[in-house]
Amino acid sequence: MSPLIEAHGLTRILQETVPVTLVKDIDLTIGEGEFVAVTGLSGSGKSSLLYLLGLLDRPTRGMLRVRGRDTEPMSETSRAETRLSTMGFVFQFHFLLPEFTARENVEIPMRKVARLGRDEMRARATELLSSLGLVDHLDKRPDQLSGGQRQRVAVARALANDPPLILADEPTGSLDSTSSEQVFAILDGLVRERGKTVVAVTHDFGMAARMDRRIHLVDGEVSKEE
Amino acid sequence: MSAMRLIFDIALTHVAGRGRQTLVAVIGVAVGVGFSIAMAALMQGGQDDFVRQLVDTMPHVDVTDEQRTARRQPAEDLFEAVAISGLRPRDDRRGIINPTKAVSWLEEWMPGRLAAVLNVQGVIRYSGREVGAVVIGIEPEKEMRVSPIVEDFESGSFSALAAGGNNVVIGDTMASRLGAALGDTITAISSEGRARNFKIVGLFHTGTTARDEGEGYVLLKNAQILSNRPNAINEIRIKLDDPNAAPSIAHRVEVELGYKAVAWQEANESILEALVVRNVIMYTVVAAIMLVAGFGIFNIVSTITHEKARDIAIMKSLGFSETDMRRLFVIEGLAIGIAGSLLGWTLGFAIT
Ligand SMILES: Nc1ncnc2c1ncn2[C@@H]1O[C@H](COP(=O)(O)OP(=O)(O)OP(=O)(O)O)[C@@H](O)[C@H]1O
Ligand SMILES: [Mg+2]
Repeated sequence: MSPLIEAHGLTRILQETVPVTLVKDIDLTIGEGEFVAVTGLSGSGKSSLLYLLGLLDRPTRGMLRVRGRDTEPMSETSRAETRLSTMGFVFQFHFLLPEFTARENVEIPMRKVARLGRDEMRARATELLSSLGLVDHLDKRPDQLSGGQRQRVAVARALANDPPLILADEPTGSLDSTSSEQVFAILDGLVRERGKTVVAVTHDFGMAARMDRRIHLVDGEVSKEE
Repeated sequence: MSAMRLIFDIALTHVAGRGRQTLVAVIGVAVGVGFSIAMAALMQGGQDDFVRQLVDTMPHVDVTDEQRTARRQPAEDLFEAVAISGLRPRDDRRGIINPTKAVSWLEEWMPGRLAAVLNVQGVIRYSGREVGAVVIGIEPEKEMRVSPIVEDFESGSFSALAAGGNNVVIGDTMASRLGAALGDTITAISSEGRARNFKIVGLFHTGTTARDEGEGYVLLKNAQILSNRPNAINEIRIKLDDPNAAPSIAHRVEVELGYKAVAWQEANESILEALVVRNVIMYTVVAAIMLVAGFGIFNIVSTITHEKARDIAIMKSLGFSETDMRRLFVIEGLAIGIAGSLLGWTLGFAIT
């Protein structure tokens, strides 16, 4: 079976007046059920790499396969479909759609797929949020939630369509240690108990140490992998 | 379908979520649309009234004893290649020749009513004062079917003439300028100098100065005596069942009778043209208002897209494509536009 993600020479250069290299010559293979840390200093290209892996950005050159399928020739629509069926995102900042309640935020990707009925979606959103300790906050809008609560809503939303891969950009970056631990435990549980693949950017070396693999970036290149 | 529904929901939530801004844009559109509708309605209404009044007060086709072009010369009938230059329409106006035949010919086919009259230029005098006037000889029953004045009598009426005798009805302005009142006897003097006395049996007020000040109606027979033209008429006033048919009927009359027949549209060409210009101006203004309203919508939608740049990224990560996003913002613009238009519509109809 082909790996979930396979990258060769993945490079992204912004064509500004002075070209900016975001990431360069990344070779990477991520299999099912792995818990991968992406580390590096601020500005080293961690978010950029995640955007590329999540098909939110197109590489300038290099090859990227998702479940064995080359992403290069895909249309924008099929990239969107691939994202929808394969990936869940947890962003570094600004996690949720501000006009919608926690539950609506979780329901939106389900409604996009439209596999379930309205009641089932609602039940599933409630269940996901409850399992992340948010049973009392279902109908609150993001500005009525704390940072940690929002981040957990974002995790619930990433899981809405039960994707095999979760891409998380510093999911605990803006949280206190208790909340961080809570979110980490959730991600860890996804890998250990539900066989998901999680790729998480983190600054926290202690946390990175508890994951399966660490990919360390320096100036957009992989400097160390273990 | 349900994907569209989702986009629709998100669009409405976005639009509704930015209460004040949306309200301003909607009101902007509404005011634009509302005033455009109100203005168009008022102007159209005013114009309709105006045209209706025009149609009511004027003969729809007015046949006079003038000629537009010189009569065809007998030589032209005889010799094909003859071209006669220097001809002018005759301007000694002798009235419509053979009036009885002309009238009965018209009555045969023309869908409407007509009245034959004789207009005599002259002055009217009373106790040393005089005013220039057209003394119009009419047959009261016929005139009443085509005249706009019928409703405008302050005292007396056309039927007071019908009884016979030397009677006249004049406009109230003329009466006051002469210092004459109902029952007084005035003297009408034709341009050839013939004079006759008439007793005032009616006063009218139409609101049209030229009429109120310068027209006096007498029996046709009396006008013919005054101008020494027995049996003559020099104008046929026609009211049609369908005023819009006036130009074609005027054309036919002119071709067959040989006299100038003017449809009301022709008589008021310059006014009608002015109305067209007015309409062009109005619709330009309306278009400008719409354009401004359009800019308002564009503005708010582009603000939303800018502010929502991060939301757009999130939504993409949730599996929305570029097309979905574009649809989203188009719907938001439409929602504002439609809401504004509906409100404006209501507003416009409320104003008018
Ligand atoms: N749109 C852009 N235009 C110009 N430079 C950019 C742009 N996006 C990112 N960069 C630059 O590319 C580099 C990599 O950015 P990226 O966001 O991937 O870093 P990061 O590792 O996620 O940093 P952080 O830990 O602060 O989130 C940075 O130096 C950043 O300034
Ligand atoms: Mg980053």
